[in-house]
Amino acid sequence: MAHGWEMQHDAKVVVIGQDVGANGGVFRATAGLQERFGKDRVQDTPLAEATIAGMSVGMATHGLKPVAEIQFMGFLYPALDQIVNHMSRMRNRTRGRLSCPVVIRMPHGGGIHAPEHHSESTETMLCHIPGIRVVCPSSPVRAYGLLLAAIRDPDPVMFLEPVRLYRAIRQEVNDDGQALPLDVCFILREGCDVTIVTWGAMTMETLRAVAELDKRGISAEVIDLATLSPIDIETILASVAKTGRLVIVHEAARNVGVGAEIAALVAEHSLYDLQAPIRRVTGFDTIMPLLKLEHEYIPSVQRIIDTVELTFAD
Amino acid sequence: MKTVAEFKIHYRQILGPEGELVAPLPAFAKDAAEILRMYEAMTLVRVFDAKAVNLQRTGQLGTYPSCLGHEAAHVGVGAAMRAEDVLAPVYREFGTQLWRGVTITEILTYWGGDERGNDFAVPRQDFAWCVPIATQTLHAAGAAMAFKVLKQPRCALAYIGDGGTSEGAFYEALNLAGSRALPVVFVIVNNGWAISVPVRAQTAAQTLAQKAVSAGIPGVQVDGNDVFAVRAVVGEALEAARHGAGPSLIEALTYRLSDHTTADDASRYRSGQEVKDAWALEPLIRLRAYLRNAGLWGAAKEESLLEECTLKVDAAVTEYLGKSKPSTDAMFDHLFAALPAQLREQRLVARKYGSKPSGN
Repeated sequence: MAHGWEMQHDAKVVVIGQDVGANGGVFRATAGLQERFGKDRVQDTPLAEATIAGMSVGMATHGLKPVAEIQFMGFLYPALDQIVNHMSRMRNRTRGRLSCPVVIRMPHGGGIHAPEHHSESTETMLCHIPGIRVVCPSSPVRAYGLLLAAIRDPDPVMFLEPVRLYRAIRQEVNDDGQALPLDVCFILREGCDVTIVTWGAMTMETLRAVAELDKRGISAEVIDLATLSPIDIETILASVAKTGRLVIVHEAARNVGVGAEIAALVAEHSLYDLQAPIRRVTGFDTIMPLLKLEHEYIPSVQRIIDTVELTFAD
Repeated sequence: MKTVAEFKIHYRQILGPEGELVAPLPAFAKDAAEILRMYEAMTLVRVFDAKAVNLQRTGQLGTYPSCLGHEAAHVGVGAAMRAEDVLAPVYREFGTQLWRGVTITEILTYWGGDERGNDFAVPRQDFAWCVPIATQTLHAAGAAMAFKVLKQPRCALAYIGDGGTSEGAFYEALNLAGSRALPVVFVIVNNGWAISVPVRAQTAAQTLAQKAVSAGIPGVQVDGNDVFAVRAVVGEALEAARHGAGPSLIEALTYRLSDHTTADDASRYRSGQEVKDAWALEPLIRLRAYLRNAGLWGAAKEESLLEECTLKVDAAVTEYLGKSKPSTDAMFDHLFAALPAQLREQRLVARKYGSKPSGN
């Protein structure tokens, strides 16, 4: 819907990707767009991710706003050369003469019994790159608002769409063209005993864990990071000042994950606000397993509950 | 057994190595002023190039990729393009860029290690130098796609070296351009060497032009030391693309008379005899001979031109050397359209430990 709104109001917006046109995208994210806007503005590209990213650079520097789809995050990697070496630094290296208003969208994470390589969450690689934003919505409503913001932003945005959200949550989305702000967290639930920072599909497990923790007398404040880079640390610090405890939950592997950056920033700024060590609940530092084990990889509600309770242990 | 596809690759030349005509003169070459303009441009870039190498050797410029020997290929391409077309260079094509309005000062500023060199005052929409290999071919295809969607009668032109044609991005760009009939021309400058790797070690293809066949687009070879042929062939390709005929691939044959860059020593991997032989074919000799035979040139004019070029280059070098170092803030200024709040603290740290700004 966000695509449709923005394409209606901005003739420069063009959607490209494999199977986005006639097929409407493998998750139907672009369904109906080619009929509405035609084949020049909704293009099925050849099967080549470097092509998708590279042509986006040329299109964006010369008058268009490409919204490019990579079919799954696991297929992003041929596009990295273009993203890291060109998209991220075009504005910087030309002192603003050329710039890349590009959005690259891709399905993120696992949990839907997909084949191998279709369940990746390697967002931390992207967050390490200066000059690009990384955004991950946690609900259909926020996906709409954040995608509009991403398309309207004059710089590159990597837009990670959690696959478990495509069908798990049914939400009424108001097609009103209202964007949500980038670079800020959303407080999904206020609380006073512990701060839980999470994003993407893990907000579902987190909110289920929080409902159970409520029954046990633990009031958790849930923060949806939303923009993974740059991190809105101020919102997190204000919450930790209130609660004194921090747990970070992400599906991605632990080692050098985005949780590590949040933990370092909070330790640096708010050590004396903390009543307990910072804890992370994350995927293991193993390869994402095939579907038989994927739900043992993805952090469970129980792991989140147990880890929050650990922060109250003496 | 039936044959389902075949291909032919043609070779174009107009001026032979001694300035003799081997094919009919194209229209632009009947205009003396136009030929002189090209000869002057080729001389200017040669004078500039020697000075740039000298600046690097004296510690006043970073690593620099000399374009010695490529003057006809580069000026021929520049002269064939229109101002509103868009160039996607590799990093060596200074003759084309000077023709299109990039200044010597801008070139020196970038290779001297200052991003301001990429902020071209004149060809505002040309791509800047591209150090990763072959990625610029996809940028050019993307720009051509924008021209097509926005219905602008403009073309993109991407350069690539012989080594670059081994990269996946090159094949992908040809494939995209061909499949969508994009208004883009790809020019391979085959100068025989990819640093120390000779072109025969890059590919089993007999010509690089025939890589076009795999993408279903026209491919042609041209004598890259013949500025008339380069301009004619590139001009034809651009006009075809501009009128909807789609992309093409041109392989310009020349020789890298210099080292790959000032950080390279080509004597380690190629023979002095080979280089000597290549000098006999270099592009200024034949155009100078043609002009002399046409009564348009002589020793006095040559001396005067060299003096003029030297003055221009020296003035630009003075301007370059007089530029102050970028301020510490420059690292933060164009990271995004507006610096995110999260980076302000880092900018303060950088300022604290950075050197003080001076002058402009």
